[in-house]
Amino acid sequence: MEEYLLKVDKVQTVFKTGKGEITSVEEVSFQLKPGQTIGIVGESGCGKSVTSLSIMRLLGKHGYVKNGSILFNGKDLAKISEAEMREIRGNEISMIFQEPMTSLNPVFTIGNQMMEGIRLHMKLGKKEARNYAIEMLNSVGIPRSEAIMNEFPHALSGGMRQRVMIAMALSCRPRLLIADEPTTALDVTIQAQILELMKKLRSQSNTAIILITHDLGVVAEMVDKIIVMYAGQVVEEADVFTLFDNPKHPYTKGLIGSIPHIETHQEDRLISIPGAVPSLQNMPTGCRFHTRCEFATERCLQEQPNLIQLDETGEHKVRCWLAEEEAYVSRENKEVFV
Amino acid sequence: MFQYIIRRLLIAIPVLLGVTIFNFFIINLAPGNPVDMFVNPNMSAADILAKKEALGLNDPLWEQYGRWMGSMLQGDFGYSFATYEPVLDNIAARIGPTLLLMGTALIIAYLIAIPVGILSATKQYSFIDYLTTTFSFFGISIPNFFLGLGAIYVFGIVFPIFPTGGMTTLGSSGGFVDTFMHLVLPAMVLGTAIAGSMVRYVRSSMLEVLGQDYLRTARAKGLREFFVNNKHALRNALIPIVTIIGLEIPLLIGGAVVTEQIFQWPGLGQLTIQSIGSRDYPMLMALNFIAAFTVLFSNLLTDLMYSVVDPRIKYN
Ligand SMILES: Nc1ncnc2c1ncn2[C@@H]1O[C@H](COP(=O)(O)OP(=O)(O)OP(=O)(O)O)[C@@H](O)[C@H]1O
Ligand SMILES: [Mg+2]
Repeated sequence: MEEYLLKVDKVQTVFKTGKGEITSVEEVSFQLKPGQTIGIVGESGCGKSVTSLSIMRLLGKHGYVKNGSILFNGKDLAKISEAEMREIRGNEISMIFQEPMTSLNPVFTIGNQMMEGIRLHMKLGKKEARNYAIEMLNSVGIPRSEAIMNEFPHALSGGMRQRVMIAMALSCRPRLLIADEPTTALDVTIQAQILELMKKLRSQSNTAIILITHDLGVVAEMVDKIIVMYAGQVVEEADVFTLFDNPKHPYTKGLIGSIPHIETHQEDRLISIPGAVPSLQNMPTGCRFHTRCEFATERCLQEQPNLIQLDETGEHKVRCWLAEEEAYVSRENKEVFV
Repeated sequence: MFQYIIRRLLIAIPVLLGVTIFNFFIINLAPGNPVDMFVNPNMSAADILAKKEALGLNDPLWEQYGRWMGSMLQGDFGYSFATYEPVLDNIAARIGPTLLLMGTALIIAYLIAIPVGILSATKQYSFIDYLTTTFSFFGISIPNFFLGLGAIYVFGIVFPIFPTGGMTTLGSSGGFVDTFMHLVLPAMVLGTAIAGSMVRYVRSSMLEVLGQDYLRTARAKGLREFFVNNKHALRNALIPIVTIIGLEIPLLIGGAVVTEQIFQWPGLGQLTIQSIGSRDYPMLMALNFIAAFTVLFSNLLTDLMYSVVDPRIKYN
């Protein structure tokens, strides 16, 4: 139990709107050990960002975690006071955001924004904080870091800004780093550099990482474990090899089938999943994927499947009636762990 | 930067020229003329004509305008028809009080509008927000003279705390405290009238900023909400707010004319009203010229302020 750094259990996050509450994410559960990297994948709008913002408790005025718990170091982040949460944010848990172009404040210098968190959490004086910030910028490979300290964000390219964000996020040596699509907005070469950088930093400081992306290719080479999300729920969880070799959920299979391969022959078409993610106001009953699933049965339309464990170690989990029934058959009615 | 300023000043010249032409003809369209103002029953028609001739009022309008322009370019704004003193001397004596009144009013307006606007935006749709919105619409829609009369009634008659007219107590030598006491009511009236519209600007500007991604970044660092709002958000919200100084100055000038009249404040606004009454053409031309110049200059100042508060803007 105690070996987990983060234990997210059946979290439900809702937003209050003019027309009542809408549930953005529910039944999200996963665990993370120190130094481990977990990937969250899924199509746009499936709740990846909301999941990470729930952990940071940065859902804005209208969003909150309604059910479930988020245990970090034994503390439930959904319950602790705002003051306690501030102590954790930027200190023990940091986050890199999806949009490097808009995530830095345009009217303050890089140095000013870097030093804020450092001074707050590390209690350094102005001069030490400045030197430390320069050191951090160097460590993420920013050239002329001393001059960059006095620059405003608009003078930096997207890749450089994301490096600044990473330097900022890592400056207080967090135990958990949440990277929400850190490379989506960047071009491919910069993307590779940023991922290399994150790998290097991970090996240096044993930081646990939650890497969010909708690019399975990125995840494959970075993470230990993958969570696949669909329409606000976790639909499959497995280590990288299992997930790619033996995906169980039809949605996961679809996602993997849609990655282009160098060896793909011209005549082999990439598989695309028909249809789109259902809207929050309009969630289908039963399995949420049934509207797009070619294997959907009567049961899938009626009953919602649970996230069940497929193997004894409990590392591979899936939310699908088909997989559940298959597991029953193959284990010849051995008990299924729920 | 320097070149930019020069360029802007050059562009201002034709605008100013247009304004003077326009003013000159408008003033002359007003019924009556300066001589009517000091006619007395003992003057004969010939005397009046001679007087008009002496003032050059019988010449064609364009010739009068040319004469005015010619001497203005040499820095000579002529003599007042009413006081027979040089126009510039009269204006110089009055410009101080007006600047004092307008400056204080502007400071009051900002002191009210910035905190109230921030509060109203951060607590959007709360009771406080509705309350400030209601009050700011009062501020916008109540005419200055009405507010002025109300202030005189309440603070001058019901609770006689502040003097209600002039800039110093008659017969006294003035001094800081005395002037301050005289300044309170007119500056408050002028300031709150402007604060009304300013609160709306601050609120909407702040609301726009409050949804930005960089505030989430600031929160993710563990900063207190106070710093997030008053450092990260406010600094961005201020960018459009400083620009409205340029919009407020014309309002301020207009407001000062009325407010000075109500409170007998010896400034340019009061002088303007008096000069209109006496059809003091040279004085009115000079006052209009100053007003136009101030508005153009404050627009330039606004643009320059932009580049100070927003690092993304550089003029060249
Ligand atoms: N502040 C909010 N108010 C209401 N609904 C929201 C809010 N933020 C997110 N949502 C909803 O929650 C759902 C999940 O959004 P989320 O941003 O987590 O998607 P995502 O998986 O991160 O997608 P992307 O890949 O595009 O970043 C969406 O349907 C979105 O409309
Ligand atoms: Mg997202």
